[in-house]
Amino acid sequence: MEVGKTTRELGLLKTGDSIMSLTGPLGLPTHIENYGTVVCVAGGFAVAPVTPIARAMKQAGNKVISILGARNKELIFWEDELRNVSDKLIVTTDDGTYGRKGLVTEPLKEILESGEKVNLVVAIGPSVMMKFCARTTQPFGVKTIVSLNPIMVDGTGMCGCCRVVVGGQTKFACVDGPDFDAHQVDWDLLAARQRTYLEEEKQAMENWQCQCGKHS
Amino acid sequence: MPRQEAAIRAKNFKEVALGYTPEMAAEEASRCIQCPKRPCVEGCPVNVDIPEFIKALREGKMADAVIALKDKNALPGICGRVCPQESQCEGKCTLLKQKAPVAIGRLERYVADWERQNKAAMPPGAPLPPLTGKKVAVIGSGPAGLTAAADLVKKGHGVTIFEALHVGGGVLMYGIPEFRLPKEIVQNEVNFVKSLGADLVLDAVVGKCDTIDELLNNGYDAVFLGTGAGLPMFLNIPGENVNGIYSANEWLTRTNLMKAYLFPNYDTPMRVGKKVAVIGGGNVAMDGARCALRLGAEEVYIVYRRSEAELPARREEVENAMEEGIIFKFLTNPIKFLDDGKGWVSSMECVEMELGEPDASGRRRPIVKKGSEFIMKIDTVVVALGTTPNPLIASTTEGLKTTSHGTVVADESTGKTVKDKVWAGGDIVTGAATVISAMGAGKRAAADIDKFLMGK
Repeated sequence: MEVGKTTRELGLLKTGDSIMSLTGPLGLPTHIENYGTVVCVAGGFAVAPVTPIARAMKQAGNKVISILGARNKELIFWEDELRNVSDKLIVTTDDGTYGRKGLVTEPLKEILESGEKVNLVVAIGPSVMMKFCARTTQPFGVKTIVSLNPIMVDGTGMCGCCRVVVGGQTKFACVDGPDFDAHQVDWDLLAARQRTYLEEEKQAMENWQCQCGKHS
Repeated sequence: MPRQEAAIRAKNFKEVALGYTPEMAAEEASRCIQCPKRPCVEGCPVNVDIPEFIKALREGKMADAVIALKDKNALPGICGRVCPQESQCEGKCTLLKQKAPVAIGRLERYVADWERQNKAAMPPGAPLPPLTGKKVAVIGSGPAGLTAAADLVKKGHGVTIFEALHVGGGVLMYGIPEFRLPKEIVQNEVNFVKSLGADLVLDAVVGKCDTIDELLNNGYDAVFLGTGAGLPMFLNIPGENVNGIYSANEWLTRTNLMKAYLFPNYDTPMRVGKKVAVIGGGNVAMDGARCALRLGAEEVYIVYRRSEAELPARREEVENAMEEGIIFKFLTNPIKFLDDGKGWVSSMECVEMELGEPDASGRRRPIVKKGSEFIMKIDTVVVALGTTPNPLIASTTEGLKTTSHGTVVADESTGKTVKDKVWAGGDIVTGAATVISAMGAGKRAAADIDKFLMGK
């Protein structure tokens, strides 16, 4: 599950180690209320933020249907944690190595088509997954909340690095978000801004791996 | 003032001004005629005893010079470098009309730097009064907060400074570049305030981690808000969210606080293109432009909608920028950004401006010249239009009054806000201004808080 250089560095830490700086909570909390029936969709790593949201929705009296999807079996985690806070859990893998073969949007569409009244969909995961969840729910007119993850620097609204466009307006994801109305998000802009430092990210990784190589 | 040569300094982040030698300092100090009127003192926002410290310096009594200087100004190493002396002390100097004003700022810097390098030669500071048992929460460790904290600790009060970032100093650390204000000097000043007895808590985002009311209900007898004006203003024109368009805050924070110029040793890079346009004409715009040069840009433009005479930046920084080869495009304003088809900015459509009658700020109003649209090819933009206070404090604090600009309403002479036990000073009250005016506000608020705490 470790992709970038910093995540890998974190992955090397052991219990008792320390990091320089940590702050929070930043942004606005997810709005929890008794909507009725909430479908929670977690893409890969996002089972981590989705699980506490599902739990809170359940505690608020909602019926919670959860969908957990990942590319393959190895990338599935916290299945039981999410199952324990949901009325129903559907697990998918792209390659079929675990659970149902397919993307998360397929069971999502089926639930919406089944006639079951869904009041809210919460979808968190890679941007492209959230975009396609939004496309899936839009024809059904179901309110859909996503958690945007643009690049951020300070996280308190002082720099504007995390700016996203929602409903034609510029918003700071770190202050106004991270939750936004999925049907209003400019997904193409988000994807473009997330690609800003791809080259530097690669360079940092190569540089670090080279240094690790020297030390090991 | 000896400086690094323009062509060399435009490629490094080392301090531009090299400082006076002892001989230069002695010579400049003897220019001061110690006039009885002392208009310089009045011109200083914190009323430093300027003739006193200059006299001690002239007589070689360096420790006395330090004591006279620091009596009123807790951060002289900073002020000597960044104050707009031309519109403050030096602008009032009796010698202004004759030859040239005494270079008060440079002498201040000399004395402050001497102290930093000769700590052992300083007598121990005056002992602090007994603890009053009162506690004050200072929000923000920028110039206003540091000054208020220092003054309150010196009165015997317990002080905790809450800083949102991972390092103290506020705009002194993230905003003003290394080559104008070395970060080592800032940390030296922060450590001085800590050494007096103030606690500095980092990564503490008041408004998120704790609210003001939570602090007041959990042992703090008063709160001083010194959170500054950290919310960037954008142009709000088409294309502004395309890659390669940065707010000046992001540009400067990545460069100075997060050391973009040391990538990949630091993980916060800055993608600097070949042609950088910095929109704006204040100190931040100059800083942004000069950072762009040092980060490797080939051509750097300042794009300003008024003319040279209206530039609000400190005169010395404008001169430094021009010497370093930054191209100034006056009477120009962007109206649209265009991208290269791959999401990166590739050009900017601008209009020419002309100056009309003065507006509310007293400066001549810029008016668009119809039909003057033209394209400037650039691949990086820094928007340095100014900043307003971050709404985080106001939006999470009941009972605080704010203006339509987002600034907190506070009494000019005491810093007292309409909320019980809460004072405010610096950019959060005035909007983006200077280090020294923030310090003045910190001093005035500390004095009023002390009066309140001691029941006077």
